[in-house]
Amino acid sequence: MVARSGYTSRELRPAPTALLPDPLVLFFLLGLSARLLRSDLKVPEALYEALALYLLLAIGLKGGVELASHPLDGLGAQVAGSLALGFATPVVAFAVLRFAGRLPVADSASIAGHYGSVSVVTFAVATGWLASRGIAHEPYMALFVALLEVPGILVGIALARLHAPGRVAWGRLAHEVFLGKGIVLLIGGLAIGWAAGPERFTALKPLFVDLFKGVLAIFLLEMGLVVASQLRDLRRGGAFLPAFAIAAPVAFGAAGAWAGAGLGFSVGGAAILATLAASASYIAAPTAMRIAIPEASPALSLTAALGITFPFNIIVGIPLYHRFAAAAAA
Amino acid sequence: MDTHPRKLLVIIAEAALEKALVADARRLGAQGYTVHDVRGGGRGGTREGDWEADRSVEMKIIATEAVAEAIARHVLATYCADYSVTMFIADAQVLRPEKFS
Repeated sequence: MVARSGYTSRELRPAPTALLPDPLVLFFLLGLSARLLRSDLKVPEALYEALALYLLLAIGLKGGVELASHPLDGLGAQVAGSLALGFATPVVAFAVLRFAGRLPVADSASIAGHYGSVSVVTFAVATGWLASRGIAHEPYMALFVALLEVPGILVGIALARLHAPGRVAWGRLAHEVFLGKGIVLLIGGLAIGWAAGPERFTALKPLFVDLFKGVLAIFLLEMGLVVASQLRDLRRGGAFLPAFAIAAPVAFGAAGAWAGAGLGFSVGGAAILATLAASASYIAAPTAMRIAIPEASPALSLTAALGITFPFNIIVGIPLYHRFAAAAAA
Repeated sequence: MDTHPRKLLVIIAEAALEKALVADARRLGAQGYTVHDVRGGGRGGTREGDWEADRSVEMKIIATEAVAEAIARHVLATYCADYSVTMFIADAQVLRPEKFS
């Protein structure tokens, strides 16, 4: 609308809505508020499953197409360095939880496993955040999501069983971890995207690339609902776990940013590696941990990983890790 | 109509246990089973089934008394200490006894 004086009000100052968080975060907050206000809003379980399948496949495909069309110099070192980071973070998390937090071995190991693994949705929000600000990153970062999903889970289980020997059906567990839907869809998507290459992928692009952010928005609405239910358990625990759930991602994010800079990633790439290091799994890890470390309380790890760390990362963490990455590069 | 007495064993548990429960039931002699996705609540809180770690399943097994009790004993000993499990046994009348021997 044109103001009476002849210029639009937008020319004078940015619209007040520009100060609000990303629309993606607003979708999350809508879900969170709806559940906290006891609205009957519910995302059908089948839709949640379908959206998760779409997101994992789309992330894999996009990464695979980029792998096919980019030179992969230095990728070996980046893979090795990221894996080392993936094995180190759960060990540090375990030590802090066990010795500073005085949590039982099983709980420390289970929570460490969640934090050692990664959150795919946090990754998707980070790439969206960077893209909307025009910050470039290595386009094949989806590969690192797949790589970093597993080490944390393995380390968590190994730590639990080193301290309290118990029967672990490693065969069944390996099946669960390596053939879980996350890994199958990410690796499958990467392989199909890589085999298709940019030209043959054009036909799939409208579904898997153009609609991605809209689907992610609906998924985040559901995440808001789930996180709000998880917050009910927060009142039961002490102050240590919430403090850990914020301090751990910041510390691991810093480690990821500096490791990313050292491994030759761009600022955007290092910010994503930092986000991956800072994020905690709530799809692959909970299932694997429930089977491998039954005596650990799932309420503790989920309250920390999903109730606190996930919202912290998508609202505060991602911009912070980008700053870390910029500082590390400088 | 001729009916034959059997036992209906119902196990309501975290979805993470489904594969293990199916394998155990088969191994201990159940000829068949049915699994539903369910939601509910108890002393330990509610399980809404909104997402992976919050899902619950209900498994129904119709079997002879000996098989139903063997499965129930195994589940009590193996899973009840660490997992959310609700279990009960009820009388059932079946029409084709060879399916539930």
